[in-house]
Amino acid sequence: MNLIIRGLMEALRLIFSFDPALAEIVSLSLYVTGVALLFSALIGIPLGVLLGLTRFPGRRLLMALVYTGMGFPPVVIGLFVYLLLSRSGPLGQLDWSWLPRLFTPSAMILAQTIIAFPVVAGFTMVAVMSIDPALRQQISALGATPWQAAATILSEARMGLIVSLIAGFGSIISEVGAVMLVGGNIEHRTRVLTTAIVLETRKGAFDLAIALGIILLGLAFLANLAMLRLQGKTVDA
Amino acid sequence: MTAPLYHLGNLTRVYGVRCVLEVDALDIYPGEVVAIVGPSGAGKSTLLRLLNFLEPPTSGTLRFCEQEFGPQDTPPLDLRRRVTTVFQRPQLLNRSVYANVRYGLQLRGERNGRAQIETMLREVGLEALAEQPARTLSGGEAQRVALARAMALQPDVLLLDEPTANLDPCNVGLIEASVQRLNHTHHTTLVLVTHNLFQARRLAQRVVLLLEGRVIEAADTETFFTAPRDPRAAAFVRGEMIY
Repeated sequence: MNLIIRGLMEALRLIFSFDPALAEIVSLSLYVTGVALLFSALIGIPLGVLLGLTRFPGRRLLMALVYTGMGFPPVVIGLFVYLLLSRSGPLGQLDWSWLPRLFTPSAMILAQTIIAFPVVAGFTMVAVMSIDPALRQQISALGATPWQAAATILSEARMGLIVSLIAGFGSIISEVGAVMLVGGNIEHRTRVLTTAIVLETRKGAFDLAIALGIILLGLAFLANLAMLRLQGKTVDA
Repeated sequence: MTAPLYHLGNLTRVYGVRCVLEVDALDIYPGEVVAIVGPSGAGKSTLLRLLNFLEPPTSGTLRFCEQEFGPQDTPPLDLRRRVTTVFQRPQLLNRSVYANVRYGLQLRGERNGRAQIETMLREVGLEALAEQPARTLSGGEAQRVALARAMALQPDVLLLDEPTANLDPCNVGLIEASVQRLNHTHHTTLVLVTHNLFQARRLAQRVVLLLEGRVIEAADTETFFTAPRDPRAAAFVRGEMIY
């Protein structure tokens, strides 16, 4: 109990002293998670709409893969990305400048995108499938093109869409295994809140670890609150 | 005589192994009001979906505006947009009443439809509710919004799939008056599916009886109700048909 109180005090001290090391870790955490969530949305939302609204050969297989991806252990994805990007891996051998390198934020973003996009796709698929087929028929009867119909259904499923983003965000903001493997927890380069917590715990600096944990929780809470606020607005709209 | 707007020739629609529609020949003329009557499961709603190009025929052809469409053909968008449907259960978007009426116009890229939308809202008596969320409306109000949304498009053909089922007499009267005005002022062709024979008699110039997917009788309203040729149509009119 004493540790937790000390952790809380330390968290407040770190926040209000505008500790530059903490600011660096927090901003990198938000950057990696934010960009990964953006990429996950760009891949996951169209994929979810495709699976939810259309019928094509192999759809069931793709759905099974998405569901599997939703429950895939992040550390295994980390290992997969590590092997892919390592010097002897299939992508590590290529000399393409735009490819992410191991132990960089780009590699962490790649791993987190692979973790989050099936979550976004799965929740989006369920959200669009929950729209009454009779409404879909009405939209077509009013003269919508397939693209217009998909956009309208996505707009009608906007509450579910926000849930999909919240779930995607939740799956990566607190993720540690994959970012540790592909990022390496290098100070000033790839250290994020979760990997810093692991490091401080190993060092026995529990109050600092708890402080970082409280900050992580606070950030996750604020991000979810913001998305819920957005959801509330869509309900009122 | 005017060329028919729709011509259905040897048209079938099959779901799995079940043939739900088998029309040898049926013409619908521009500007007329046709009522499609028949027992549940006769294929009336399927016929409307085919007329709105929401699904293709399994075999045969559907001619619309001098263009023929078979099972593999996709009608061009501009032709498809000349037809719209108001379904039995009003399907509104989770937006305001105004935004719902604007929706079809938006799809067509029309940005200056404000006056038209307001006229339609006045037409169905809902101008005071324009900013209200559509999902808070009563069943009758929601159906009037669905009708206003369809009428705002000024379609050549308005398909009505039991639009007044389960509505109170006041809403029924409002909807009937609105579609009649649309027919009179814009010569919009109306195809009305109804279980209400009184409504068919009030609104339609011609009545088509469907039974097990087949056209049993197609006659002008007076003949259909007073001297139908087919004994099954006569039994249907007398309310003696058990189904």
